[in-house]
Amino acid sequence: MPSVWSQLEPLLSRVQKPARYIGCEDGAKAKVVDETLVNWCFVYPDTYEVGLPNQGLQILYEIINEHADATADRSYAPWVDMEALLREHQIPMFSVEHHTPLNEFDVIGFNLSAELTYTNLLNCLDLGGIPIRQSERGNADPLVVVGGHCTYNPEPLADFVDLVVLGDGEEVVSEITAAIASASLGHDSDAGARGRLLEELASVEGVYVPSLYEVTFDGPRTVSMTPMNGAPDLVEKRTIADLGEWPYPKTPLVPLTEVVHDRLNVEVFRGCTRGCRFCQAGMITRPVRERPAEQVRAMVNAGLERSGYDEVSLTSLSTADFSDVSSVVSTLMDDSEEAGAGPVTISLPSLRVDAFGVQIAAQLQRAKRSGLTFAPEAGTWRMRQVINKLIREQDLYDAVEAAYSQGWSRVKLYFLVGLPSETDEDTLGIAEMAKNCVAIGKRHTKRASVTVSVGGFVPKPFTPFQWFGQNTIEELQRKVNLLRDATRRMKGVQLKWHDPKATAVEGLGSRGDRRLGPVIEQVWREGGTFQEWSEYFNLDRWTQALADHGMSLEDIVYRHRTEDELLPWDHLSAGLHKDFLWQEWQEALAEVGLPDCRWTPCYDCGACTGFGIEHVVASATPPAGGSQGTGQDLSGDQGSAPVPVQLQVGGR
Amino acid sequence: MSGGNQPQQTLRIRFTKAGKVRFVSHRDVARLFERALRKLRVPVAYSEGFSPRPKLSFGLALSVGHESDAEYLDLALASPIDVEALPAQLSEALPPGLDVSDAVVLAPGSPSLQQAVVRCDWHMELLGQNRDEIEQTSAQLLAADEILLERERKGKTAVVNVRPAIVSIEIVGPTDNGVAIRVQLATEAVSLRPNEFVGLFDALEGRVRRTHQWMIVDQARLEPIPGPSTRPLLEAAE
Repeated sequence: MPSVWSQLEPLLSRVQKPARYIGCEDGAKAKVVDETLVNWCFVYPDTYEVGLPNQGLQILYEIINEHADATADRSYAPWVDMEALLREHQIPMFSVEHHTPLNEFDVIGFNLSAELTYTNLLNCLDLGGIPIRQSERGNADPLVVVGGHCTYNPEPLADFVDLVVLGDGEEVVSEITAAIASASLGHDSDAGARGRLLEELASVEGVYVPSLYEVTFDGPRTVSMTPMNGAPDLVEKRTIADLGEWPYPKTPLVPLTEVVHDRLNVEVFRGCTRGCRFCQAGMITRPVRERPAEQVRAMVNAGLERSGYDEVSLTSLSTADFSDVSSVVSTLMDDSEEAGAGPVTISLPSLRVDAFGVQIAAQLQRAKRSGLTFAPEAGTWRMRQVINKLIREQDLYDAVEAAYSQGWSRVKLYFLVGLPSETDEDTLGIAEMAKNCVAIGKRHTKRASVTVSVGGFVPKPFTPFQWFGQNTIEELQRKVNLLRDATRRMKGVQLKWHDPKATAVEGLGSRGDRRLGPVIEQVWREGGTFQEWSEYFNLDRWTQALADHGMSLEDIVYRHRTEDELLPWDHLSAGLHKDFLWQEWQEALAEVGLPDCRWTPCYDCGACTGFGIEHVVASATPPAGGSQGTGQDLSGDQGSAPVPVQLQVGGR
Repeated sequence: MSGGNQPQQTLRIRFTKAGKVRFVSHRDVARLFERALRKLRVPVAYSEGFSPRPKLSFGLALSVGHESDAEYLDLALASPIDVEALPAQLSEALPPGLDVSDAVVLAPGSPSLQQAVVRCDWHMELLGQNRDEIEQTSAQLLAADEILLERERKGKTAVVNVRPAIVSIEIVGPTDNGVAIRVQLATEAVSLRPNEFVGLFDALEGRVRRTHQWMIVDQARLEPIPGPSTRPLLEAAE
């Protein structure tokens, strides 16, 4: 297979961070692209530093490379300086392992984690010498597959992708590989061969082929989605029943250059049952599937030994909920001490908002205690009932008290604004909470500070809020300004916020339909790549492109949907019943919370029953803690005294 | 963590940086060594304080993209180890292109690499000029009393006479793409970086490799770890 390395090498001294383009990671696979095999290239449509740690891609990369009849390389969006040189010298975008041009592969697998990377997907295809529109690709061109959370509404990318994978990719990548192997398109001059392969792939569970659906519209609304040539009416997501059968990545990639999340990552469970109504990840990844504690231990110890990392993150959507998490953590700390390779940090990606969360953090962070992060998400109890993030104010104060009293001096709080039914009182409740947290901190340390980080809410498909009209840019900015004014004179409170303009464009990708394709293409053609990077984000390009194609933010982003409206993703399924989601939407508006179903009877959201599997948890006993842990009665008694929590200090 | 924080032994290590890994930054090389040492369970001494760091001290930074036969690293250990076996073990634990060629125990009180190294030898490939032109420019540079270079530092422009930093220039001969030269440049008092040196020619920079680092001890020229480190010029290392 051709390699562009000799052309690339002299250019590397002319770009920032050339280590992005050389591969050579520990854990990289040497398996060479081979015409007789099915060759995948997994692409993350953002920079190397952002994309390399992506666990989904690392898992699939390993699974494919274990196959006798397939290979997998990786690639990442070249930064703008490299893109300019590639275009100037007419060098195609390449994989980092063998510097093979993208158009030499049989399948390009993109991870879609963020709507603002959509224009980068087009750019990667174009740079890789692949026609951007799927209708213009022939037998010799790679199949373009997308997976990841954004694919639960892949419609905005329908013009550009051949296949969409919904849900867990572990099993389905092999089925796709097998179908491609038997079709052997590269040797078929028959113009219909590619279409037949797509039709065949449409019958694979979890695979959606957008070109096999005819969609009609009436104004801003979708009216019908009609499958053609035997494609299914409803495409269900894939779910692996037992995470324990998939101990991947077994040899995680250790890059030569620094990346985000530059540590060992071990996924401890998939799914979440807390039922936060704004949270798409929590809804679409159900049911909960825990990794056996012994396997977690084995993966952590082997990973640390192999990589030389001094930090491991136990990842999931809510790691403090992992069964018997305290003893798992203790065991890991004992193991690392015994291994004698120097101090090892164990970290959790998110802390639960209660003193129990801090207890675990204290257990983990014996040395450095700089900052802790909590996500109460909303500033009043009313608002938190609406979004079903059932944290009492006291839970947060207990957590903060525990943090400051144990040596942390900085607390970071995450909030959303623009939530359904939000009033200014709710918004200002954020400032009030921050002020109270600083006051608690001041009792312990003069340096106590709170950073409030505010994001604009983007309604997502397959959540109870999928019908809600997103706040306008102006309204989000007004709320940010309210908070800015309120916190301006609060000592020790620092406010940060996400640009409401970017939030609006995220809303486009989140709930737009396939008519957005030409808009994305126009923004890309005008140079709108790296939209996740504030220095390259440009709202005007988006609004102009929308206007040029007769669309508006009003119709796609700000508009409330009605119960009878067909949503652009209604032919796809994350397992959740639409009437469950609608009922949850109504309950939200009625300010009624719904307890965590792991420790209360099933309320039939559809995620388990649809797949004939159940939540896989080692313990049916809720972990200790405040309302976040126990599912205790939240209906009243908001003013009760906090339960004293025994905190472990300095290990055992 | 092994043992106390008082170093029991300090090692000096010489390593190469060649091939693809030459595009990795100085800081990233440090991180690669930290991880390799942890993999091997080498009992590195750690600094005190809230976030203990392994006690590694690198010499003069090598620019991204330049290769080297002679990079050095001083390493404090919390307990003594078998130094003989270390080069091979570390080379195995490091990515291809970073190869440890020697490790010695450093006498207590030895000056640090940053303090001790005063000159470096470089092999450079100059592109875009023929041998005669390069010879001519070299002769002019060596004959000059002053070579003034504008440098920007903290927003201020200063004019520096870099002539004292050029110790010697020797033409090696033609390569596939240009002309190879061997240069000795000073790194203290007035220093000159390889890319600045190439800028004095009407040529482009090809492959650049540091071949030696030199200390002056009692008026004698010594390498931080004595011993030959020679390799044919510009042989691809991939």
